[in-house]
Amino acid sequence: MKNWITLIVVAAMLATLPLVGNNYLLRLASILCMYAVLAQSWNFIGGLAGYPSFATAAFFGLGAYTSAILQNQGLPMMLAWGTAGLTTLLFAAALGGAILHLRGHYFAIASLIVAEMLREIVNTTPNLTGGGMGLNLPIMRISVEAQARYFFYAMLSLAFLCTATAIVVYRSKLGFGLRCIQQNEDAASILGVNAYSYKTAAFSLSAVFVGIAGAIYASWVNYIEPPDVFDILLAVKPLVMVLLGGLGTIFGPAIGALILLMFEEFVWRNFLTVHAAALGLIIVVLVLFLPNGLLSLLRERFARLRGAR
Amino acid sequence: MTALLALEDVSRRFGGLNAVDHVSFSVEKGEILGLIGPNGAGKTTLINMITGVHPPTGGRVQFDGRDISKLRPHQIARLGLARTFQIVQPFPKMTVLENAAAGALFAGGAGGLDEAHAIAREHLTFTGLADMADKPAAALTLAKRKRLELAKSLAMKPRLLMLDEVNAGLNPTEISEALGLIRKIADQGVTIIVIEHLMKVVLSISHRVVVLHHGQLIAQGEPREVLSDKSVIEAYLGAKYAAANPRGAP
Repeated sequence: MKNWITLIVVAAMLATLPLVGNNYLLRLASILCMYAVLAQSWNFIGGLAGYPSFATAAFFGLGAYTSAILQNQGLPMMLAWGTAGLTTLLFAAALGGAILHLRGHYFAIASLIVAEMLREIVNTTPNLTGGGMGLNLPIMRISVEAQARYFFYAMLSLAFLCTATAIVVYRSKLGFGLRCIQQNEDAASILGVNAYSYKTAAFSLSAVFVGIAGAIYASWVNYIEPPDVFDILLAVKPLVMVLLGGLGTIFGPAIGALILLMFEEFVWRNFLTVHAAALGLIIVVLVLFLPNGLLSLLRERFARLRGAR
Repeated sequence: MTALLALEDVSRRFGGLNAVDHVSFSVEKGEILGLIGPNGAGKTTLINMITGVHPPTGGRVQFDGRDISKLRPHQIARLGLARTFQIVQPFPKMTVLENAAAGALFAGGAGGLDEAHAIAREHLTFTGLADMADKPAAALTLAKRKRLELAKSLAMKPRLLMLDEVNAGLNPTEISEALGLIRKIADQGVTIIVIEHLMKVVLSISHRVVVLHHGQLIAQGEPREVLSDKSVIEAYLGAKYAAANPRGAP
């Protein structure tokens, strides 16, 4: 119940942003929501089930391209977004069947090459996807301000939906089973957990919202190309955000998204040439010093304060 | 009495090694069966075959008249076969209660998380862990972790319970407590297979004993009878000793 209230209050506060903010702030907030979706999605497979997936970039690009191609065929935008989500979901379910029996590093590597594979497919099918030339999307015939608002609300709704799904899943039998798998997969299956279908469900959950996010992103920027939507950073950032915020927690991913976004803005403004190195540095520091995320630090502080009283 | 579990000529090879070699025996309903053998005899492999972790490479496993040789571990668990691990396997970051609830929820047929917690609490009380319910499983001592294994398995509502060295590493007081628990479980009508190194334990608790050696079944029958069997003495103490003491170990 506390989680629902937090979610609704935060979302409602964000929803008033177009009344006060300028377009720059609105763009940042849209990216924030998109990041929150990527991080929250990764948390299903990486945080709950404990499978370090690098397939986020593949899902994002697949969603973007599916929606772009469908819209160029004349499908209405919203319908194309939905179809992109469904396509990504089915793709993840099939892919999960193929690689989820791998564990640890092996799974990570297998999931990493999926984006590369899709990128090559796009590059070699220029008639359908525009290949390396990229693909233009239909332009909305509304003002720039209206567009900014439109895509902000689209991303915000998606982030809300994704977090709401997380709240439901965490309290469900599925979430419980995934936590068992994360801690000891063999013991979990001996206790009757169908590890294979649970992991596939988590992997599919980690894909569907990312696919829709990619689709919305494509419509937002009007033009996509393989290096943009299959960017490896799209696979790395979710992991960083979740580690920043707190692995396997409900609001950790969103908090991590906020921190990473602020950090990015700061670094990009001041040290444009070294921002990739800076990102690498945060990962190292995080893994070494804060494996449970900033949220855990706050929680410990809080517990200590209460204990002192 | 009818057989609850029947092994028909089962074998398991790992590459060139016959870990279990053409073994057949059955377990009757309500029985406590002791499964013994020297180190490396194939006892744990046999349990892994029954639970589907390493499916048999030959032969069949029948549970209550149904062939389960090809089923996956979680399917077998849901039929009512539970096991504890020789090396305890808790979910370390979950609470003791959650650990036991997992068994009730995924195999014991609990309708939801709340019901699973209620069932788990019962079994924690039974195994004497009730006051630890909200501690993380990692905080328990070895003896208590072994009891948690038992509570997890019991929460699965098993018809057959396989206890893989639940007494190893325990002191004499802890052992007699554990034995008391096992007897109580058997009294509730659960069929039990006890895998043990400790002869005293097997003798005091089993109705019948099966002896494995080098993956083969070398003897089965009443505990006393089996322990005076020449091949069993050879397996444990060597051929020379068996020849010098034809009536068995002192």
